[in-house]
Amino acid sequence: MMQMSNKTELVRASLAKRYAREKRFRFWGLASIVLSLAFLAILLSTIFMQGWPAFTQTYMQLDVSLSTEALEVDANAPADKLRAASYDTVVMNALTTRFPGVTERKQKMALKKLVSSSATYDLQKMVMTNPKLIGTQQSLWVMVDDDIDTYFKGNIDRTQPEADRRIKDFQLVWLDDLEAKHEIERRFNLPFFTSGDSREPEQAGILSALMGSFYTMLVTMTLAFPIGVAAAIYLEEFAPKNNPLVDFIEVNINNLAAVPSIVFGLLGLAVFIQFFGVPRSTPLVGGLVLTLITLPTIIIASRAALKSVPPSIRQAAYGMGASRVQTVFHHTLPLAMPGILTGTIIGMAHALGETAPLLMIGMVAFIVDIPQGITDPAAILPVQIYLWSDSPERAFTEKTSAAIIVLLFFLVMMNLLAVLLRKRFERRW
Amino acid sequence: MNTLALTNNTMTFPTSKDPSAANSKDQAVDIQTIVEELKHATQPVGVPFLDDPKFYTRDVDVFYTGAKQAIFGVDLDIGKNEVIAMIGPSGCGKSTFLRCLNRMNDTIDGCKVTGQLLLDGEDIYAKEQDPVLLRARVGMVFQKPNPFPKSIYDNVAYGPRIHGLTTNRSELDDIVEDSLKKAGLFNEVKDRLQAPGTGLSGGQQQRLCIARAIAVSPEVILMDEPTSALDPIATATIEELIDELRQSFTICIVTHSMQQAARISQRTAYFHLGYLVEVNKTNTVFTNPEHRLTENYITGRFG
Repeated sequence: MMQMSNKTELVRASLAKRYAREKRFRFWGLASIVLSLAFLAILLSTIFMQGWPAFTQTYMQLDVSLSTEALEVDANAPADKLRAASYDTVVMNALTTRFPGVTERKQKMALKKLVSSSATYDLQKMVMTNPKLIGTQQSLWVMVDDDIDTYFKGNIDRTQPEADRRIKDFQLVWLDDLEAKHEIERRFNLPFFTSGDSREPEQAGILSALMGSFYTMLVTMTLAFPIGVAAAIYLEEFAPKNNPLVDFIEVNINNLAAVPSIVFGLLGLAVFIQFFGVPRSTPLVGGLVLTLITLPTIIIASRAALKSVPPSIRQAAYGMGASRVQTVFHHTLPLAMPGILTGTIIGMAHALGETAPLLMIGMVAFIVDIPQGITDPAAILPVQIYLWSDSPERAFTEKTSAAIIVLLFFLVMMNLLAVLLRKRFERRW
Repeated sequence: MNTLALTNNTMTFPTSKDPSAANSKDQAVDIQTIVEELKHATQPVGVPFLDDPKFYTRDVDVFYTGAKQAIFGVDLDIGKNEVIAMIGPSGCGKSTFLRCLNRMNDTIDGCKVTGQLLLDGEDIYAKEQDPVLLRARVGMVFQKPNPFPKSIYDNVAYGPRIHGLTTNRSELDDIVEDSLKKAGLFNEVKDRLQAPGTGLSGGQQQRLCIARAIAVSPEVILMDEPTSALDPIATATIEELIDELRQSFTICIVTHSMQQAARISQRTAYFHLGYLVEVNKTNTVFTNPEHRLTENYITGRFG
């Protein structure tokens, strides 16, 4: 009896210790989750706060007089004459009419830089589509220059000494006047989504990078999915087990998944571009390199998915006299599909955010045109972010964050798709 | 049913065990020496051989990876339209032997089968023998019900479809209905043939698996402990079914339950540590076993 109670005491003492340990463990687990969530919240909120203004753009009302004298063409001129007409003069005339009395050369320069150079192109486009406008007065809204836009978004502090400001006092007078007369408006920045990159921040858009990413992903998907799934099926269902060669291949696939991606970039440069002569900075070569990076992920995920199909299903199929290929394609593969698709989409999402290897194969070029196919030079979203983050203009800061928001949007969408597909195809047995 | 009742009545299971420790120690030594004897035996005791058997197997050895031998020189004939039960303790090679009969062991890496296995006088391990064709002739039902995650209809229709047994839909419908009827499941599922097979109860799933197996009209059905995962009512249904199926098929059943073997089989084969010890009419095995090991097993001295 004595021994018994002694033992109970001992167990009780150790229990307290055990519970304390459990409590500590739970605390540390909770703390680490809270910490990581906090960092995530900080990251997302910073990006959103910085990037949000980029989705709007300041426009200014401009009354232009499309006179024949200023344009140096008349309404009946051929198209090439119309294209070469001096729209610059028209814009400048409109500005000097709006702000008379500007005579100093420096101020004249500043006046010209009040509106974005896109105003000229807008005007040109307008006249080209409708030459009858020549000789009329038009009131139109044009984009302001990036510095002015930055000022209206509240990112230039007018209380600072003039020398430290990018907007000088005389400009502030103009801007105050414009604002007072409601000739300034913040609008949704549609050109951000419909135009390519530009040296002028207010005209820079992400469409070329988006299309570049789209074509690159298209190439990656078309190559990596079938090759990866086929490799996984072969390794999992057909390859002899306990074969040294198969084991060697397996180990190497796992190793490839851990190779730094820039190494794949160098490989792409040496093999695809130098040896096979694939055109550089195109979605084609980008997709090829990303295929190499994504393949291990897809193979490993697909093999895990195939492995998790209960062996009883395979046995049932074999027992019915199904051949190996029939067993795989009628039973194992459909059951493994949700896992395979999840792995593929996560691999693709990884590829979408990949930057370093694409720098190696020339996808870092400044691309204004929107790529029309997989052999056109293109930039991709993460490289566009890299390029913009490197630009000195203040307005590119918000563009960078905005591009990150767009990239994150697509990543979240892809992950959502993975979840939905898994839910849709998941079957119980 | 009549015969089943009869076997039941004539069965006796000695329940008393000798409690003396010394005796059980002797027993252990005894088993060891018997295994030594088994190694030198040329054939199992009882009546292992038949005239004009369905399966003719001689000197079957099975090895798994690493030269681990699972079965040692099994000689056994399996008759036409009989239910033969294979009993014995766990890990004694019953299932392994069963899986030799439709070459399911081929799907296990590193498994090697030697010896002579003939189905209707035809070597099933011959090079030109196609395992796919063999499995269409020798169907199988597994321990755990394993319907495909498809509809009830598709489960049963799968075999006829992959083997190209039908040319049109109505023929296939007939086969599905007929197989489900034979498996005693049709009345329960006739209104929901498109419902998933995995949604049925355990016993129904197992009968679906039996329907799936008989849909390709095999000659033999192998059953690997088909009722071990089922409740007594479902077990009884399946046992009745097995007795009916005997009219059209040869059935080899592995079971852990000696009572089940007694209820449903005509012949019983007793396996021990990879050796086939004794084969005889079920009645004889359970009432008058020839071999000491068989006797010890059926009286419950080990198992």
